[in-house]
Amino acid sequence: MTFHNISVTVNGGIEEVLVPGNMTLMKMLREKLSLTGTKNGCSAGECGACTVLLNGEPVNSCMVLAVECDGSSILTVEGLSGDKGLNIIQESIIDEGGVQCGFCTPGILLSARALLDRNSHPTEEEIKEAIVGNLCRCTGYVRIIEGVKKAAKELSVPA
Amino acid sequence: MSINPHPTLPEFDYIKPKNIEEAAKFLVEHPGQSRPLSGGTDIFVRLRDGVWKDKFLVEIKHLDGMNEISFDPSNGLTIGAAVNMNRVDSHPVINEKYSILAEAARSCASYQLRNRATLVGNICNASPAGDTIGACLLLDGVLHITGVEGSRKEPLDSFFLGPGKTKLKIGDIVTSIQFPLPAKGMQGKYLKHGRNNLGDLSIVGVSVVGSPDKRVASGFRMRLALASVAPTPLVVNEVEEILARKNISLETIIEAAQLASIACNPITDVRGSARYRKQMAKNLSIRALTNVWKKLNGLCIIIENKNSTDAGVEVR
Repeated sequence: MTFHNISVTVNGGIEEVLVPGNMTLMKMLREKLSLTGTKNGCSAGECGACTVLLNGEPVNSCMVLAVECDGSSILTVEGLSGDKGLNIIQESIIDEGGVQCGFCTPGILLSARALLDRNSHPTEEEIKEAIVGNLCRCTGYVRIIEGVKKAAKELSVPA
Repeated sequence: MSINPHPTLPEFDYIKPKNIEEAAKFLVEHPGQSRPLSGGTDIFVRLRDGVWKDKFLVEIKHLDGMNEISFDPSNGLTIGAAVNMNRVDSHPVINEKYSILAEAARSCASYQLRNRATLVGNICNASPAGDTIGACLLLDGVLHITGVEGSRKEPLDSFFLGPGKTKLKIGDIVTSIQFPLPAKGMQGKYLKHGRNNLGDLSIVGVSVVGSPDKRVASGFRMRLALASVAPTPLVVNEVEEILARKNISLETIIEAAQLASIACNPITDVRGSARYRKQMAKNLSIRALTNVWKKLNGLCIIIENKNSTDAGVEVR
C-alpha cells in the first residue's frame, strides 16, 4: 500500500501527516492527530457524527479520504472554542438543553456553525434542513433547534 | 447478517493522474480493480461493505474543466463532473433557467453529503432512485466522455441499461454533462416522496417539465420522468403524447398520471411495496403535472419554500 505525505491546516495549525490511501479524514483526525471530538458513528455518511468543516464547508469526514485533503483547511469541534472558553453556539445549545449523551454534539455544532456562517438569520425550516444530516437519538431535536436559534440571535447582537 | 461495530475501508491505493489521458490509461490497464473517484459517497459505502473490491481509486476532481459550471446563451449549460450538488443548487443561472435541476439536487441526502456528492456521480451510479436523473433526462442532458480512444458524447436517454449499469466502458471518464437551452417559458417540478420529509432516498420521485409549444394540439409540451419505480430511471412518453393531443385539464392530467402508473414496474423493498409505489406514482404525477400546468398558466398558488424538498404544493 502506498503512503502519502500530506499537509493540512487543522484548527489553524499546520500538520504534516503520513497517511495510507484508504485512510478517511475521520480516521486521520482521531488516530493520527488524537482529535477524538470527531465521532465515528455509521461510517456511511448517514449520521453526521463525524461532521467537520473542510475549507469552511461541512462534510462527513468518514466520506472523505485524508489524502484528498492535502493543502486544505479543516475545522473540528476542538477548534470551535477559543481561549475564553466555549463559543456562543456551544453555550446556546447547552443553555437550551440540546446536549444529552453528547455523541452527536460535535457534528451538530459544526453544521450549525456552517449554517450561521452562510445565513446569519436562519428560519426554523432552514435550521432543520441544515442539520438533517446530523442524527440525534436523545433530544428529539427541538432543544437543538432552539439552541441554534438562540445562537443566531446572540451572534447578531453587535459586540 | 453480523454487524461490524468498527467498519473501515479495505486496502486500496489512491492514484492522482496528471491528466485525463493518464487516468483513462490507468483504468484500462487495471480492469475490474480500479474506478474513477469523484465525490466517493457511493463508492466508499460499497467498498466498506465489500460489494466492490477495487484496489485503486483514480482521482479525477483536479483534472481540467471538472469543476466548472458554464452557461453559453447559444449552447446552453455545461456542468463539470466534479461539481457537487450544493453548487448546482446555489448557482444563479441554474436556478433561473433550469430550476428543476437545482430543486432535484437540493432533495438529495443531507447538506454535508451534497458538499461531496456530484451531479455526474449521481448519473454514473445509475441508481433507479437517483434524484437528479429524471431532471437531467427531461432537460435532454448529454454526457461528455473521454476514454482511451478519445472523446465522445452520449445522450442520457439511452445511457442507462439497468440498476447500476450504464453504457460506460472500462477506461471511460465522464468529464461533464451538457444541457441545451431550455424551451422558452419552461417550468419544472421535482416531487420526492421519502420515508422522511428530508434526507432520505426516494420511495417514488416524479420530475415534470412543461413548456408552451404551438406545434401540438394542446399548445403545451409536458414531459414526466419517474424515479424508484423501474430498473432504470423512466421517462413516460405516453404522458407527453396524451397531454399534447388532448386539452390539458384536471381530467386529462389524471388520465396521464394513470398512464405513468401503468408504465412503472416497481419492486417491493425496505422503503415501500410495489403496489404502494404504483399508487403513489399516480398521486405524485397528478400533483407534479398540476403544479407545472398552473405555473405555465401563471395561476400557481404555491408557497415555494426553497428549503423544503416537497415544496408545500397546493393543488386546487
